[in-house]
Amino acid sequence: MRKHFSEYIENNLADREDFIFITGDLGYAALEKVALKMGGRFINAGVAEQNMIGMAAGMASQGYQVICYSIAPFVVYRCLEQMRNDVCFHNLPVYVVGNGGGYGYGIMGSSHHAIEDIATLSGLPNIECFVPAFTDDLFTCLDAITTRRRPAYLRLGLGKPMPAGMYKTDYGAAMPASEKAKLTVVVQAPVANNVIAAIGADGYQKQIDLFVINRMPLKMLSEAVKESVAATGRVLTVEEHVSTGGLGAALALLILEAALPVGQFKSLRAEGYPDALYGSQAFHQQQSGLDEANITSVIARLLSF
Amino acid sequence: MEYKKLQGKLRKHILKMHFGAGSGHIGCSLSCIDIMIAILKTRKEGDTFILSKGHAASALYTIMNETGDIPDDDIATFYKNATELPAHPAPLKYAAIPFATGSLGHGLPLAAGIAKANKLKGTGNTSFVLMSDGETNEGTSWEAAHFAVAHKLDNLVAVIDRNGLQGFGNTKDILGDTAAASLWTAMGFEVVETAGHDVAALVAAKDKLLLSLNGKPKLIIAHTVKGKGISYMEDKMEWHYLPMTETQYADAVEEIDMLYCR
Repeated sequence: MRKHFSEYIENNLADREDFIFITGDLGYAALEKVALKMGGRFINAGVAEQNMIGMAAGMASQGYQVICYSIAPFVVYRCLEQMRNDVCFHNLPVYVVGNGGGYGYGIMGSSHHAIEDIATLSGLPNIECFVPAFTDDLFTCLDAITTRRRPAYLRLGLGKPMPAGMYKTDYGAAMPASEKAKLTVVVQAPVANNVIAAIGADGYQKQIDLFVINRMPLKMLSEAVKESVAATGRVLTVEEHVSTGGLGAALALLILEAALPVGQFKSLRAEGYPDALYGSQAFHQQQSGLDEANITSVIARLLSF
Repeated sequence: MEYKKLQGKLRKHILKMHFGAGSGHIGCSLSCIDIMIAILKTRKEGDTFILSKGHAASALYTIMNETGDIPDDDIATFYKNATELPAHPAPLKYAAIPFATGSLGHGLPLAAGIAKANKLKGTGNTSFVLMSDGETNEGTSWEAAHFAVAHKLDNLVAVIDRNGLQGFGNTKDILGDTAAASLWTAMGFEVVETAGHDVAALVAAKDKLLLSLNGKPKLIIAHTVKGKGISYMEDKMEWHYLPMTETQYADAVEEIDMLYCR
């Protein structure tokens, strides 16, 4: 998504005098054109993420909208207090963009992964976390972020286009069962591609309502999700994020509060480093059961009840 | 001494607020109130001021009450339940307080960002920030300092309230003197050291630095005394924390009257 992100900035925002782009010394082979087009409004803050966010708040207080770019873990964890105190408390239009959410940086290792990022940020006041699953969705999220003009976090990941048969919704995207739904699957982030592969390969599509949620914190159930859960009574959530503070936990709370009758609820999520072994993003997805094969077997089991 | 009466008046106001609230953080407010007078009584429209050492909020509130930015009724609620004036400034309450502070090391990055924005817009406004010497321990202060130098932010004026005491000891005994002029000069700041309780000297230092458009960010190291003006509080770490007894309050007011108000 990084390439699509930089193209969006280049084509839509770079010319706007009210936008500043700050990078935490990253963006090789991606941000060069943005830098060229923005001139003095493109700033390399150096290897100093906390100052980057503090300064961004200062600039935003003077009327600018400020995009802060780095890789996800550096821009989320290192500067949490700057996000909370400087940006979120003051409801300022600072948009933090983290590349490689989840296990996106694969073999780079745990320092470069961000599997608690949404939990970390989505509890702060005034912020919304945007987690696009597809490139089409990324553009929708960027439109929403710049229209909203409030603190935002954008998690970038693998950039595939939205598959055929799926359509955009106000919460992300959906692909309803072609026949009577027996299972509701709720997904976040590009790991959605694994779910789509699992559903497509075994012909489960006719029995599954699939929802892709791109915004956190999840504050309410959309009518479509609510109706689906009520009809199927079986829910599977899939996310490349730890359970705490993630999609599954939030959805479970909302389902309980709505008193929806659910017989089966299964959450697939990032399990950290269960065997203390490291590898590609696909390796880590497999370690956590987020791979196509495991998702397929979980779906089969849920449908068998 | 045109500022002397004001220095006394605001000190008494600070004491009254703290005595009424039964609260600490008196010494740090008395340490920097004269700096705030120097900046906030002379600043131009469009200039911004960030109190990075947010624990000196009572000093900020009194001077902003003096400049008409915080009404008397609000001041009366200081430290009480349902107040908009807590012990550290709150966000989004008063236009003259652009940022809530209280965690150290945030002010210089914020002020550098404002200064950079002013440069991009070509406003000619000055970005002021008041820091404690203790908070120059924070890495963010150093990150922002290097940014300010690299971006030639000569519209940034930082002031360090250098009273030599921090949370649990003398600054020199903890991490060494991270507020030393030599360090900040070596980084590329234009540094002036001055007496921190002489408002006229502080104003002169500030005015001199503002005329110096040489691409260097500015730093005033203001040599101060924690608890300045009240003999039993001066240079005593405990007056970062302690509230006054009734007798101590009476003694303090009497001393300020003698020193500043005659």
